[in-house]
Amino acid sequence: MIHFVLKRLASLVLTLLVATGVIFIMIEVVPGDPAAYMMGLSNNAEAADALRSQMGLDAPAWDRYKSWVSGMIAGDFGISYTYRIPVSELVGDRMMVSVPLTIYALILSTIIAIPVGVIAASKRGSIVDTGLMGFAQIGVAIPNFWFAILLVLLFSTSLQWFSAGGFPGWDAGIVECLKALTLPAISLALPQAAILSRVMRTSMLDVMNEDYIRTARAKGLTKRQALIRHGLRNAMIPVLTILGLQFSFLLAGGIIIESIFSLPGLGRLVFQSIAQRDLIVVKSIVTLLVFAVVMITFIVDMAYAVVDPRLREGNSK
Amino acid sequence: MKKLPLNLTIGLILTFMFVFMAALSFVWTPYDVTALDIGSKFLAPNFQHLFGTDHFGRDVFSMVMVGARNAIAVSLVAVGIGMAIGVPLGLWSAATRMNGYGLMDEALMRGNDLIFAFPSLLMAIMITAVFGPGAINAIIAIGIFNIPVFARMTRGAALGLWSREYIMAARVSGKSMMRISYEHILPNILNILIVQATIQFSIAIIAEAALSYVGLGTQPPMPSLGRMLNEAQTMIFFAPWLGFVPGGAIVTMVIGLNLLGDGLRDLLDPKLRIRAAQTRKGEDNNVTT
Repeated sequence: MIHFVLKRLASLVLTLLVATGVIFIMIEVVPGDPAAYMMGLSNNAEAADALRSQMGLDAPAWDRYKSWVSGMIAGDFGISYTYRIPVSELVGDRMMVSVPLTIYALILSTIIAIPVGVIAASKRGSIVDTGLMGFAQIGVAIPNFWFAILLVLLFSTSLQWFSAGGFPGWDAGIVECLKALTLPAISLALPQAAILSRVMRTSMLDVMNEDYIRTARAKGLTKRQALIRHGLRNAMIPVLTILGLQFSFLLAGGIIIESIFSLPGLGRLVFQSIAQRDLIVVKSIVTLLVFAVVMITFIVDMAYAVVDPRLREGNSK
Repeated sequence: MKKLPLNLTIGLILTFMFVFMAALSFVWTPYDVTALDIGSKFLAPNFQHLFGTDHFGRDVFSMVMVGARNAIAVSLVAVGIGMAIGVPLGLWSAATRMNGYGLMDEALMRGNDLIFAFPSLLMAIMITAVFGPGAINAIIAIGIFNIPVFARMTRGAALGLWSREYIMAARVSGKSMMRISYEHILPNILNILIVQATIQFSIAIIAEAALSYVGLGTQPPMPSLGRMLNEAQTMIFFAPWLGFVPGGAIVTMVIGLNLLGDGLRDLLDPKLRIRAAQTRKGEDNNVTT
């Protein structure tokens, strides 16, 4: 087990190192000079040069990469070119919107998808199954940004239940904030719920053929009892993998949704930063998101290895 | 000839409809998509303009035709890139693993994991932002993220085949790894690759729409479904067709492709058919007990 964990950790560190390298190189070739951009209309060559050296942009690339990475390890992400405040502070603030939004969307998609998947599987081939999976097909096909526009049209403009965008800040109270996050969370959750319910259905169908379900039925449980007590837990395993992946996907996927609803989240920040050539912010956020993906994958792998020794052996070979 | 599965039939019809419309738009559209006619702006759908007109008086139906063509073209090339690079990588990876060069395989697969670790939409936005917006960069951005999907799938399927007797026979007869990969492995995994390509195609359509929606995909004056939705956002309250028509077109196109993929899988993968039959048998048993 220790061998397995160490091997996984090593590959995790390696992945992160290569990823930061790739991010660094990509940002380096941005056809736009942040110093020139910051100077704006009063741009002149000497002043831009001075600013460039002040920002450390004139050092060799390798040195800049090293100081960037070692800074991040120490928790120092640098200072935003445009906002002139530490990136860690900026990102921290935005995470207070993006992370709750992601969790909200994840909870919504799970509470929709699991019952839908289970019901469809247990009524396989019936009209209920066809209907639910038909809805799932539509859900997968709807681009979330279009769904967001439709939600605004219905719930903000026509019914006026929710505001069309903006975020009051957590000082305004949890209820107000959750209200502001509801429409964005629904638009993020719908396509995810559709995917998840299909996975849940397939997984449930696989489980239904297992011997232990037959055993449970033989000892006198009804079909429903057998499925809920013994089937559901086993069927959840692939669903949990997808959920792990979806968390990071949603965190990044909010990029367009946050813009539509004018939420001050990570996604909107990264989008603005790209437009403003605020490279240091872009680098930091992309790195953080990659870190989140890699960590979640690592944790899911570990959880599996603990639960299922077969995977451990298979992987450490 | 056995009956085609229902989802395949619907999928084929929807997909053909869009491909036909897209192809037709090369030679004919009801109106010129770049011609502005302010006099007839914001016309609701009618017999002259089937889907109405937009804020410049352009015919929405014609724009959807050309927009669908662009979406299909971008997705087709992007998925093509993914397959052209991903499939050989996967074949190579499997071949090296089966022939004692596990390290090569390991390196290739870690590289794959690396691409998977990048949030694809964010990276696509970054790539188009860095290298400039436009259809070509959108194709590259979407294409890159198709590579690991095909590489991983190809490798998994190929590994399963390498231990089969007929592959053994080919190895004994002295064929090279590359020849075996292309002559024996590839034809046998083509089924699942085609199914996956259909699914990836539909994902690419949504990705293209998303990129165009944020202004980084197909550039004006070329119509694109994503940008039509973006422009419609402020006008949807008094001209709802501007929001519903392009969105509906994307959804229908994607549903068509997904159904086509599901249907092809049902048709091409005998293993799934057998399993489905077993499941049904199992359920029958449950009913009788």
